[in-house]
Amino acid sequence: MPDQTTAGTCRTLSGKNYRIRQKRVLVAGDDGIVLAEVEAPLIARHAQAGQFVIVRTHEHSERIPLTLAAWDKAAGTITLIYQVVGHSTREMAAVEEGGTFTDILGPLGSPITVKKHPHPVICIGGGVGVAPIWPKVKDLFELGNEVITIIGARTQRLLILEQELRPVSTELIVTTDDGSYGQKGFVTERLHEVIAARNGQISEVIAVGPIPMMDAVVKEMAGKSFREAFDPSVDYDPRRIPLIVSLNPIMVDGTGMCGGCRVQLWDPSKGQYEARFSCVDGPAFDGYAVDFRTLTRRNRQYLDSEKRTREAAASDAETAAAPAVETGQARNRETGESR
Amino acid sequence: MSDRSEEACPGQVPVPSNMAEIRKAALRQPTKTPMPMQDPEVRSRNFSEVELGYDFDLAFNESHRCISCGDPKCIPYCPVEINIRGMIDHLKKGDIEAAYQEIVKTNLFPSITGRVCPQENQCEMVCVKGIKGQPVGIGYLEKYLADWARKNGVRPHAELWPPNGRAIAIIGSGPAGLAAAAELVRLGYRCTIFEALHRPGGVLLYGIPEFRLPKQIVDFEIDNLRGLGVEIVCNALVGRTITLDEIQEQFDAVMIGTGAGLPYFMGIAGEELSGVYSANEYLTRANLMNARSFPAEPTPIRVGDRVAVVGGGNVAMDGARVAKRLGAATVDVVYRRTQAEMPARADEVHHAMEEGINFLFLHNPVTIYGGEDGWVREMEMVRMELGEPDQSGRRRPVIIPDSNFRKPYDVVIMAIGQGPNPLLATLTPYLVTNKWGQLVIDPKSLRVHLKDDAAHRPAEEAAVLAEDAGPAGPEGPVRIPVICAGGDIIGSQAGAGGTVIAAMGHGKIAARTIHEMLVERYPELANSLEIAAGS
Repeated sequence: MPDQTTAGTCRTLSGKNYRIRQKRVLVAGDDGIVLAEVEAPLIARHAQAGQFVIVRTHEHSERIPLTLAAWDKAAGTITLIYQVVGHSTREMAAVEEGGTFTDILGPLGSPITVKKHPHPVICIGGGVGVAPIWPKVKDLFELGNEVITIIGARTQRLLILEQELRPVSTELIVTTDDGSYGQKGFVTERLHEVIAARNGQISEVIAVGPIPMMDAVVKEMAGKSFREAFDPSVDYDPRRIPLIVSLNPIMVDGTGMCGGCRVQLWDPSKGQYEARFSCVDGPAFDGYAVDFRTLTRRNRQYLDSEKRTREAAASDAETAAAPAVETGQARNRETGESR
Repeated sequence: MSDRSEEACPGQVPVPSNMAEIRKAALRQPTKTPMPMQDPEVRSRNFSEVELGYDFDLAFNESHRCISCGDPKCIPYCPVEINIRGMIDHLKKGDIEAAYQEIVKTNLFPSITGRVCPQENQCEMVCVKGIKGQPVGIGYLEKYLADWARKNGVRPHAELWPPNGRAIAIIGSGPAGLAAAAELVRLGYRCTIFEALHRPGGVLLYGIPEFRLPKQIVDFEIDNLRGLGVEIVCNALVGRTITLDEIQEQFDAVMIGTGAGLPYFMGIAGEELSGVYSANEYLTRANLMNARSFPAEPTPIRVGDRVAVVGGGNVAMDGARVAKRLGAATVDVVYRRTQAEMPARADEVHHAMEEGINFLFLHNPVTIYGGEDGWVREMEMVRMELGEPDQSGRRRPVIIPDSNFRKPYDVVIMAIGQGPNPLLATLTPYLVTNKWGQLVIDPKSLRVHLKDDAAHRPAEEAAVLAEDAGPAGPEGPVRIPVICAGGDIIGSQAGAGGTVIAAMGHGKIAARTIHEMLVERYPELANSLEIAAGS
């Protein structure tokens, strides 16, 4: 029997499609970064900083989690920023202005609590992780906080949102790994300087980016050298500066149902690591507690599958001249750069 | 039905000339007319249905095994109250269409229930034919009739009350929600189902594998429901996309069927390793996301050569059989008791064994070990023996000291159960949960217990019953919400739970409660029903 049923295609709550109202290519090229303002009134109405959505481009797509970069309650739109890192994100990037995504579920995850702090707050964004840091910076700044924003990219070409972040940051520091723009070096070096300059008088650090970056931030702030660097006289505990990271594990449903996104968090009261679900308990967690080694390994689970997709696509290409594809889920999590 | 092709089986088949002989032989036949099945060797490598289904002759024969009891025992044992005798009586006369329509009077989802119901504990358990042989294959007949309707484009002739202007929100499109919608839409309510995933069906889609319940069938029956006017909204996670309060502003009553969306892990070392899945994740990837078609479909799954499935329920059987079909060389089901205590349906265990699944009874995992790359390598298990009976009357498994050993595995699937999805209750302060995280309900009416402050929510509607009405605040009068729940979100509070059919039964009860409460609140609803009934 031909599939005559329509159960696969359901009305959205607003009765409208998830249409791209505006699209901007932030970075061109094979590893390009796209900004899309998508009509999703209910998500826009309920969204809070730190939350994410799950996107399916078409009926045969993976479920791709993306942190919300911005939203506009009045306009009924949400802003998604995604980098082409594999098959699925390439498909997403191919949808043009006026086109639609088949599914967007959200807002998901627990919001980040934003409040007025006595001391400055440091917000760090790396790579496409600059996008999810944007709403946090905005909210913190609007509450009257002194917000020091540090954004970094491998090279100038991949740097995003500098113009958007400048007006909502007390101070904006830009770094590139290769020194092609801003200060040369990693965000951790600038972080160290900023904290040292204020002798540790920092209320909170929020870091979002690729896993190695977040791991490096944690190591920097928890490390012995950090402690000795600028506060030798006091019994200084670097962990007194709260450090929040936003994780990007592999997930399927995003509603707490599959447990695929479980991350290991140190529970000091039990003296052991405990599994938490990133999609409902997170994605923001206490950076000091996260077991980044396990997260890195779990995010590499489908690299072999990605190879298989590529090989399958390559053998198809011989006959059908199809472009090589790779599974987005594998690549996204590996680079940590889709969120 | 104009699109029915000439080749298709007509709704009324002429009774065979040798009818009397067939009837006589069938009445004497002690066992069910055998169900044609895919060969285990073949089926363990594909995702096609295991049971191929009766044709007319087989179904006709089986129907004549039924003695049409004057006081049928089977009907009261059907959670969705199918007039089983009526259905079989029509079939005995060759009237397939009438037999099908008899089912869908009370159960809009016969191709689902005909496949996944544990009939051996329900209708077939009490069939008088079962006393001296096998019961009538009621499930097989239901499946046959439902499949006949689908193949021939026959849709249910539902008697719908005229629209009554009241709206019901149903949260979750699994069996509980679907059944509730089917009841309520026929009573004239405008029904809207909210589904968090991108496709409706709940556990029928993400959980139960294709070879037990083809997804096309789920789609078809959900489409029937839509044909009656039920609206389904996907990508709507109630609590996040829209709150329960917002829903109550737009709807007169709510049915919650959010299911068992919380996978349990054992809490042993190594569960964080790559290649350790919850059964929920493994099945969702394979079923809903079609990872079985990878790489044509983009969602991947780890297949592995050696797979361990921990648990002894139906979900464990599903996980093991999916692993086999995906191409695992060996699949071990690890269960801490013996086969006799397994909660899985006997048929499913039997099918799994036929398909070459190994069973390690009286074994329990202790630790999972991984390699340097973080992938599962081995699982350490301990042997068990059965000790004294516990509170449930089952003999408790006890560890045999020093019986630990390790066995190599590439994938470990944890199928030790799942809990109610906590999200909605967590985000809705006035819902009450018990220690298992289930919504607390009244076991008869399935009405959800609410904390006191629930009644103080301002409502747009002024029409309230005196006893329901709280003090009129500055925002106007208030009303007590009408909220019922069913399916895995209430567990076994209303009798045995945990099955598709139990959830559907809950859906029916909840629908009745909602209707009764709304009739009480809006007496004109009863009038409109009477008018409709009289016309």
